[in-house]
Amino acid sequence: MTGKLLEMRGITKTFPGVRALDDVSLSVAEGEIHALVGENGAGKSTLMKVLSGVYPHGSYEGQILVDGAEQRFRGIRDSEAAGIAIIHQELALVPTLSIAENLFLGHERARGGVIDRTRTREEATRLLARVGLRENPGTRVGSLGLGKQQLVEIAKALAKKVRLLILDEPTSSLNERDSEALLDLLEDLKRKGVASILISHKLNEIARVADRITVLRDGASVSTIEAGGAPVSEDRIIRDMVGRALTDRYPPRTPRIGKVLMEVRDWTVAHPTDPDRLAVDGVSFDVRAGEVLGIAGLMGAGRTELAMSLFGRAWGKKTSGTVRIEGREADTSTVRRAVEAGLAYVTEDRKQYGLVLDETIRRNVPLANLAGISSGGVLDEARELSVAREYRDKLRIKCSSVAQEAVNLSGGNQQKVVLSKWLFADPKVLILDEPTRGIDVGAKYEIYAIIAELAAQGRAVVVISSEMPELLGITDRIHVMNEGRFVAEMPVADASQERIMAAILRSGQSASARVRTPAPAA
Amino acid sequence: MTDDSFAGERNTGALTADQPGAGGLRAGRRGHMSFVRAHLREYGLLIALVAIMLFFQIATDGILLRPINLTNLILQNSYIVIMALGMLLVIVAGHIDLSVGSVLGFIGALAAVMIVNYDINYWLTAAICIAVGGMIGAAQGFWVAYFRIPSFIVTLAGLLVFKGLTLWLLAGQSVGPFPPGFQLLSSGFVPDLLGGTDLNLLALVLGLALAFLVIVLSVRSRRNAGDDTDEPYALFAAKIGLAALAIVYLSYLMATFRGFPNVLIVMALLISVYMFVTNRTTLGRRIYALGGNEKAAKLSGINTERLTFLTFVNMGMLAALAGLVFAARLNTATPKAGAGFELDVIAAVFIGGASMAGGVGTVVGVVIGAFIMGVMNNGMSILGIGIDYQQVIKGLVLLAAVIFDVLNKQKAA
Repeated sequence: MTGKLLEMRGITKTFPGVRALDDVSLSVAEGEIHALVGENGAGKSTLMKVLSGVYPHGSYEGQILVDGAEQRFRGIRDSEAAGIAIIHQELALVPTLSIAENLFLGHERARGGVIDRTRTREEATRLLARVGLRENPGTRVGSLGLGKQQLVEIAKALAKKVRLLILDEPTSSLNERDSEALLDLLEDLKRKGVASILISHKLNEIARVADRITVLRDGASVSTIEAGGAPVSEDRIIRDMVGRALTDRYPPRTPRIGKVLMEVRDWTVAHPTDPDRLAVDGVSFDVRAGEVLGIAGLMGAGRTELAMSLFGRAWGKKTSGTVRIEGREADTSTVRRAVEAGLAYVTEDRKQYGLVLDETIRRNVPLANLAGISSGGVLDEARELSVAREYRDKLRIKCSSVAQEAVNLSGGNQQKVVLSKWLFADPKVLILDEPTRGIDVGAKYEIYAIIAELAAQGRAVVVISSEMPELLGITDRIHVMNEGRFVAEMPVADASQERIMAAILRSGQSASARVRTPAPAA
Repeated sequence: MTDDSFAGERNTGALTADQPGAGGLRAGRRGHMSFVRAHLREYGLLIALVAIMLFFQIATDGILLRPINLTNLILQNSYIVIMALGMLLVIVAGHIDLSVGSVLGFIGALAAVMIVNYDINYWLTAAICIAVGGMIGAAQGFWVAYFRIPSFIVTLAGLLVFKGLTLWLLAGQSVGPFPPGFQLLSSGFVPDLLGGTDLNLLALVLGLALAFLVIVLSVRSRRNAGDDTDEPYALFAAKIGLAALAIVYLSYLMATFRGFPNVLIVMALLISVYMFVTNRTTLGRRIYALGGNEKAAKLSGINTERLTFLTFVNMGMLAALAGLVFAARLNTATPKAGAGFELDVIAAVFIGGASMAGGVGTVVGVVIGAFIMGVMNNGMSILGIGIDYQQVIKGLVLLAAVIFDVLNKQKAA
C-alpha cells in the first residue's frame, strides 16, 4: 500500500443556517483514483472548495493533511503550491487565447516580464503530448471542441506540477468517445503518480476507473467503498447516495399510443458557418400521440441541430423538408410559429437557453405563452401568480416561493421551471434535449415521471439523450442518429446499449475509416 | 376583475398557510429592519433623494422648495426625465444610446428652422419632429437589432453625425425666438379651470387625485403580488403614505405659485404610461426577458430583433420630444444644445438601479435617479458651487450609487 497523499479529517463547514458539511473525512492514496459521488447538494462541491482553498483555513473546522503534514490553505495559490489542482465543470479557459497562452496563464514562461516564446512552445508541446492532445499549441482554444478543451485544462494543471487532480463532472458535456479518452488519461496519469478525485454522476464511469468511492449524503460521508478492480454494484452506490434502495430507476408506464401527431420528412439543414456541410441530412420520422420517442447518438451526431432547426429554424441555414402536425402542414419558420403550431423544445442548456436566470420563477413560467396570462397585451398579475403556483405544485418545484429567482434553484428544479414554461404553452409535441443533464438521481426520477405523465396526456414526446440506459428506460421507440442521418430505428423492447452502439459504429465506419485508420493496402 | 383578484387573494392565504416555509410568514418573524436591510436598494434610493432634498433645503435656507424654484427644478429636469424613460428600455434591453443629446439638439434645430425660418405651423412641426426622431431611432436600431453592430458604436457614430447635422442645419448660428404658442410647451401653465384666486385649485385637486390613485394602485398591486412580496404591512403603508403626502405637499407648493407647468403634465403622463408598459404589459415583460437572457427569450418565441429595434425607435421619439421641450424652454435653438445630456440621462438610469448587463431597472427608480441628479444640479447652483465641482460631485455620486448596488448584490448572493 502506498502512502497517503491527502487526508481530510473531520471537516465541518457551516453557512448561516445550514450545515453544509458535517464531520466529513476523505483520504486519497498516492496514485489513486478516488470517486466522490452524491446527489446535488450533498456537499461535494463544498468539500472540494475547502480542499482547494476557496474556503480558506479558519472558515471550516477540521484538518487537511498532505503527506502527513497539516496544511492551512489561504487561497487557491496555496493549494496549487501543495500540488492540488481543481478543474471545474465550467472550464476556466480564455477562448480567444491560444492553447499555449492558456496553459501558462498566470505562470507565463517569461524572463523579466517578456514572454519566452521558444520555451513556452516547447513546454506546451510536451504537456500536450502528455495528455494525448495532437493540436498545435498556437491554436485558439475557442476553436477546439469541449473534449479537447478539457484536455487543455488538464495539461494546464500538469504545468503546475500537480499531484492531485480534482475533476468536477469532467464528462458531463463530453461524448462517449471523448469521455473514454479522458478516463484513459486519468488511468495513465495514475500510473505516472498523479492521483485524482473524480466527481461524477455517471456510475458506469466510476465503476470503470475508481479505486475507491466515497459517497456523500446530506453533508456527511456515508461510506467509502473499496473497488480495487472488482466490479462495484451500481445499486449499492445509489442506495448509499439516496439513503434508500432505488428498485425502480424509471417510473412504470403503460403506453397508450394513438394517432400520428407529427411527421417530419426529408429534413435537411446546412451548417451555419460551413454551408457545404449538412448537419442534418434527409431525416424523416413520425411521432405519435402518447408516445415517447428516443433519439440516441453521440455528441455531434446532429440531434440538437435537428431539434433546434425543427423548432422555428433556431439553428442552421438552408433548412428544407416538411413538418406536418396532426396531418396538416405546419409553418415552423420562426420560433413563434413553431410554438403556435404546437411544438415545444426544452433545451439541453437550461442556463443559457432556457431560463432568464435573474428573474423569478413566476416570471419565467409564462414566458413562452404570455398571451395565456394577458388580454390585449395587458398582463393579469393574479392569473400569472396562480399559473406559477399551479406548476410549482404540479411539478413539485422546491422553492421558498414562486418569487424565488431561477438562479438560486438546484439543477433539477431549474429544469422543472423550464418544463413548466413549455407545459404552459400547451404543446402537442415536446422535444426534450438531454432533459436530465446535471441532475441528481432523485430529481431524474421526477423528470421521468413528468415525461410519462405528458405522454399519458396524449402528447407526443421526443427525448434526445446521450445516456443510453435512460432512453432504454423511458422511451417506446428509439431512432439512432449519426453524422446527421437517422441510421437505425428499433422498438425499445428490441433495443439495447450494444445494438445502439453497433448501429452508430456500423454507420460511421465508412466515414471514419477515411479519417482515422489508414486505408488498407489495395 | 375585482372578484377575480379577490379570489386570488383568498387563495394566497390558503397556500401560504399550507407551507410554513413560505416567504410571507417568515418575514413576519424576521421583523421590519431586516426587511429594509434585504431591500436596501429600493428604500436606499428613496431615502437618498429625501436626504439630498433635506440637505439642500437646509443649506439653501429653504430656497430649494420655494414654489418658484420647485417649478424651475421640474422644468429643468423634464427633458432628462423624458429621455431617461426611453433610455431605461434601451438599457434594460441590454444596449445603450449615446446619441440622445445630439438628437435632442438636432430636433431642436429642425424645429427652429421649420418654425422660425419657414414659418410652418408649430403643431405640424412638432408632429414632423417626433416622426423624424422615430426615424433616427429606427436608423440606429436597424443596425443594432438586425446586424448586431454594438449599440455603443452605432450610437457613438450617431452622436457625431447629429452633432454635425445640427451645426449644418443652423449654419453655426442660434435660431429663434419661437412664437409664443410654441413656448407654452415649456413655459406655460395649466390654467386653473376651477377658478382659484391665490391658490391654483386645479393643481391641488389633481395632486390629491394623483395621491389617491397611487394608494389605490399600490394596494392593488400588493394584493396581486401574493407571496411575491414579504414586505411588512406597516412598512408598505408608511412608504405609500409618505409618497402620497409628498405628492400632495408638492402640489400645494406649486398651487401657491402658478399651478402645474404644462411639461409636468406631459411628464406625468409619460411616466404613468411607461410604468404601465414595463410592469403590466407583455411588451414590457418581453423587453426584460430579452435583456435578462436574449437566447432564452428568442427560444421562447419572442421576436428579439424587432423588440430591440422598437426600443431604439421609442428612444428616438422621446429624444425628439425632449428636443422640442428644451428648444421651447430656451426659446432658441443653439448649435450646442444637448451636448453631454446623454451622460446625465444614462447616469440617471444607472443611479436608478438599472444594470449595465440588461434585464434590470424600473421606471420609478429612473425618475428618482433623474431627480437626485436634478436636485443636486439645482441645489449646487443655488449655493453658487462652480460647474467644476458640480461635475466632480455628480460623478462621485454616480460611482457611489453603482458601487452600492454591486456590493449590495454581492452580499445577497
